[in-house]
Amino acid sequence: MSKHFKNPVVRWIDHRLPVFSYLDHEANEYPTPKNLNYWWNFGSLAGFMLIAMIATGIFLAMQYTPHVSMAFNSVERIMRDVNFGWLLRYLHMNGASMFFIVVYIHIFRGLYFGSYKAPRELLWQLGVLILLLMMATAFMGYVLPWGQMSFWGATVITNLFSAIPLVGDKIVTLLWGGFAVDNPTLNRFFALHYLMPFVILAVVLLHIIALHRFGSNNPIGIDTKGKQDTIPFHPYYTTKDIFGLGIFLIFYAFWVFYAPNALGDPDNYIPANPLSTPEHIVPEWYFLPFYAILRSIPDKLLGVIAMGASIAILFVLPWLDRSPVRSGTFRPVFKWFFWMLVFDCAILMFVGKNPPDWFWQPFALRVTPVEEVVAAAGVPDADSLWSITFAGGTLGIRILLLGQLATLYYFAYFIVILPLLSIFETPKRLPLSISEPVLKGGGKAAVAHAHSKPMEKA
Amino acid sequence: MSIRSLVLKASTVLVGAAAVLFIAAEPGGHIDIPKENWSFQGFFGHYDRAQLKRGFQIYSQVCSGCHSMNLMSYRNLQSIGFTEDEVKEIASKVQVQNEDPNDAGEMFERPGKPSDLFHPPFPNEQAARAANNGALPPDMSLLAKSRAGKGFGGYSGADYIHALLTGYGEPPADMKLNPGMNYNKFFKGHQIAMPQPLQDDSVTYADGTKATLDQESRDIATFLTWTAEGEMEQRKKTGLRAMLFLVVFTLLAYAAKRKVWKNIH
Repeated sequence: MSKHFKNPVVRWIDHRLPVFSYLDHEANEYPTPKNLNYWWNFGSLAGFMLIAMIATGIFLAMQYTPHVSMAFNSVERIMRDVNFGWLLRYLHMNGASMFFIVVYIHIFRGLYFGSYKAPRELLWQLGVLILLLMMATAFMGYVLPWGQMSFWGATVITNLFSAIPLVGDKIVTLLWGGFAVDNPTLNRFFALHYLMPFVILAVVLLHIIALHRFGSNNPIGIDTKGKQDTIPFHPYYTTKDIFGLGIFLIFYAFWVFYAPNALGDPDNYIPANPLSTPEHIVPEWYFLPFYAILRSIPDKLLGVIAMGASIAILFVLPWLDRSPVRSGTFRPVFKWFFWMLVFDCAILMFVGKNPPDWFWQPFALRVTPVEEVVAAAGVPDADSLWSITFAGGTLGIRILLLGQLATLYYFAYFIVILPLLSIFETPKRLPLSISEPVLKGGGKAAVAHAHSKPMEKA
Repeated sequence: MSIRSLVLKASTVLVGAAAVLFIAAEPGGHIDIPKENWSFQGFFGHYDRAQLKRGFQIYSQVCSGCHSMNLMSYRNLQSIGFTEDEVKEIASKVQVQNEDPNDAGEMFERPGKPSDLFHPPFPNEQAARAANNGALPPDMSLLAKSRAGKGFGGYSGADYIHALLTGYGEPPADMKLNPGMNYNKFFKGHQIAMPQPLQDDSVTYADGTKATLDQESRDIATFLTWTAEGEMEQRKKTGLRAMLFLVVFTLLAYAAKRKVWKNIH
């Protein structure tokens, strides 16, 4: 396996510590399907964001003070007095949003092209674990500036654990390091926020090891059948990834330089005040769908369970979708349900952002406070309103009900729709190999005489 | 690509874009803050130095009677066009307690220095509340950031400050104000503890600008945007360079990719 390198120094080192052979094997030789589309760029972008967050975070930590009476001002000192401190902080703060955008697209790509199916189940599960770790890290990072939303977000989210029977209160006390969100909470969150990215890095390495076992899935979803189907990762996908990175950086830079606070909550520029609760406590946008699922269930414990289940269900997804066809391209019915899931998540996000008792009036293009709807509908109080109601001439639906319907679809997609589709859906005929449609120019001719042969078991 | 898949893709993009707009949109039922034109908005925005100086005049002659500005130092004023000597002069007008005691171990007061933070009007929150009917005038350093509208494309903090300062008036006939409160059509709940702080000719501008209420409100809104986002000019300038670099970088990366992939396509 060891390669003969021309450079004598490299050769000397490689003989004793085969890092160069390893890199050569994993990048130069590593066979990658030749037909990956641009949705496959988001994995390397996620890796880039992890490194960017760690790099900016380390420099921010050099200037930050984790103490309730100094944290807010130390962040402002970074913004005002540290050379290019504003750039570091805005890169880090918007970087969290960029990381989630990239990772969510990466996940939806996996959902559409069936990247979770055998033999990549563990690869998928490691990815879900990374998502969970990212969520914990992002949550604790958001607490550090110690603004109003930091404080009240921390209070609301940590309180969720109190719903757990018997040990709930003990867990909350442990998280807080006391009996309220206070200095010990901030201190441990800072410590953990610094630690977690390195845990993520370790899981990412496992994710890559698992990926390199069978190689990338691809848009057609059938296994590579030999050399004609693959190209080496380097230079083909390195150049493609760098081009994708350029496009992504332009997008990232736009937020950092021209709208650095648009993705955050203005209330977080008010120092934390335990005596004054903000009117609406809303999490960052990337948590909104999960927050919506939590609030859809009127019972606190069941709500927490539902929220946990919305992630946990992804762990068992490889065994819920039994269809032997990986790629959504060859699944005419699945396609529609998939795009409805994407839309459903957007609805959940919208629901999570708005107060549950308010009414969405889609034709008036607004979300209306419940008092206004009560007045417009001419009923005595909010209790006498239906969840779907006419007010001021246009139809309105209570955010709570909208969230419940969206939550229902989210779970139905995984528990009901995917298992049923694997039984009742007739997939289109699959091409014989990746290069067949490529070589013969256009998939149609190639597919026509290919007999339906679902993916090979590895 | 077939027509059907094109239609599917196009409608997906449209639905997605609509969904994003909905999520970004501010929920209804809020007060509509009118959006104004500001010299500092947009990709090439910059602060008008004369306006910042007028804004500082309003802050020091009107606002600073009640509102602190505890993240700003006098030295920061040099970047809005005051000379070093002028800043020394401004700072020396306040008496501050020295951080360390003198050789006899006694705390002592001294004139302010450019490195001192803006002198607060009240020693603590209790004193501020006691002097203001129980209401606490918020610190002004970050007001323009914390009062901005939520989400992309929302109103700016300057829009809000300008609206609030020009939004005083008589309450509607059916509205009963609580004692000591004032009507303001742009404040949440329309009742605000702060009496109307600015009128026409509240200040006499040193540069001869006519001090209408609208002009004063714009000037202080600009000044408060600067105290909240002093880095904005440097940020936008750096942003332009970064963007230019990234566009060239991306084009080169695209050319490299095309060259490498030439034999695969």
